[in-house]
Amino acid sequence: MQKPMPHSDRALPPPVAVRELRKVYRDISAVDGISFALESGSITALLGGNGAGKTTTIAMLMGLVIPTAGEARVFGADMARERHKVLHRMNFESPYVDVPMRLTVRQNLEVFARLYGVRDLGPRITRTAEDFKLADLLDRPYGKLSAGQKTRVSLAKAMLNEPELLLLDEPTASLDPDTADWVRTKIEIYCREHGATVVLASHNMAEVERLADRVIMLEKGRILADETPADLIRRFGRANLEEVFLAIARRGGEDARGAP
Amino acid sequence: MRSGRLSPILREQATVGASAGRILALILRYWYVIRSSWPRAAELIYWPLVQMLMWGFLQTYLAQTATFAAKAAGLFIGAVLLWDILVRSQLGFAVAFLEEIWSRNLGHLLMSPLRPFELIAALMAVSLIKLLVAMVPVALLAYLFFSFNVLSLGIAFAAFFANLILMSWSLGLVSTGVVLRWGLGAESFAWLIVFVLLPICCVYYPVSTLPGWLQPIALALPPTYVFEGLRAIVLQGSFVGHLMLQAFALNVVYFALGAAVFGYFLHSARVHGTLVQMGE
Repeated sequence: MQKPMPHSDRALPPPVAVRELRKVYRDISAVDGISFALESGSITALLGGNGAGKTTTIAMLMGLVIPTAGEARVFGADMARERHKVLHRMNFESPYVDVPMRLTVRQNLEVFARLYGVRDLGPRITRTAEDFKLADLLDRPYGKLSAGQKTRVSLAKAMLNEPELLLLDEPTASLDPDTADWVRTKIEIYCREHGATVVLASHNMAEVERLADRVIMLEKGRILADETPADLIRRFGRANLEEVFLAIARRGGEDARGAP
Repeated sequence: MRSGRLSPILREQATVGASAGRILALILRYWYVIRSSWPRAAELIYWPLVQMLMWGFLQTYLAQTATFAAKAAGLFIGAVLLWDILVRSQLGFAVAFLEEIWSRNLGHLLMSPLRPFELIAALMAVSLIKLLVAMVPVALLAYLFFSFNVLSLGIAFAAFFANLILMSWSLGLVSTGVVLRWGLGAESFAWLIVFVLLPICCVYYPVSTLPGWLQPIALALPPTYVFEGLRAIVLQGSFVGHLMLQAFALNVVYFALGAAVFGYFLHSARVHGTLVQMGE
């Protein structure tokens, strides 16, 4: 599928701008002075092993964690101090954060639509349910759904407000290949139709190769690499991103930074 | 700044109406939970009912054997009903918040446009709804079983109710703040905090019963005035309005402190990263 080209409008602040961002928990540096800016309409993958700093970076982009130093800006708003100016323009999805289990799919969509101030609730929920193949599940409790169905509900919730910035934390974790492919296609279509910017944290390298325009590879809270997937693969002389990831992980950060 | 841009599918975000809409969304969320499970609704009524029956029968027995208890009909039942207003309202507030952590939904809420004061307002409203679900049937049964009509207290009941509710919200703010900061490890604090007040607020006995050093502490707590006020009505037939105003003034201070503590712990949770680690 043809990826939409990211575009930058110089008159507007970038959807995401991170400058010298640091987060230290006691004596552990979770994120260590990273800087990057994302172009509008781009899909950027944050990669790295466990503890590389992906989740902390995303949490600071959401304003749920206050940086020790530096700043994370979304649409120009400092997420540590003025996140409420832009929260309606973003949304996120993660298999590690659920929506209420006892509520039905319809009730959940209604509650979140109201929280985001979505107009025309009824038609919007109906259309979203059709888009995400949830029409037959609307009156079933979320807790009684399969993993794949839950992911569809979470993704529907994440796109309910038509966010301009979508933060996705391992959106296809523990899904079967068919459902995972459906989710990836949905993300592609959404981005193409809405020109949305996506930050994607994933351990699935095939997914990253397929979706991302750009890869930011983190290790121990620092940026090891920041380029397109194709450039990264070429620079490391590997066949695919999976091999690049393994090469970096097994060689250690210092060697990899100067790689290949 | 571009942050002011609004999608055509969204309503204006910074209005009073939008704020009310978000509060309503959260109230609906909790109402759906109560509605989804009859054992949950029954659980709301269970303890107030057991307590009311136990104290009611005890008072009936004492009335047959002691002159004081015979004179003070309604004293124990009144006290237990008022005490349950405080307990149920505080638990209603705290448990509604704990639901978000149990269901791993807190991240979604805090990532949504919901403001902290809107979350607090919704929790306050939900505590009132849960209280009504629990206490209306119990108050009716108190009338049927023991001929005690809580509404016969008249305006005094309104003053008692307002003061107890305000205190319960202050305690709810502190307990949820503690859970925000320290996670589910501090859950028991939310369940138990209110019971610290039970011996000090003189629910079943006058302040004069307490040792001298404890009495100023009791008088610094608004519920003490409520229970003293109840005894004044039942035993002397008098309602001391200015004591209720004193309690209200104290409550305003406690509520402001509770809101400040909640705000401080929310900030602290964002600094320490505990918001992203919460869950079962």
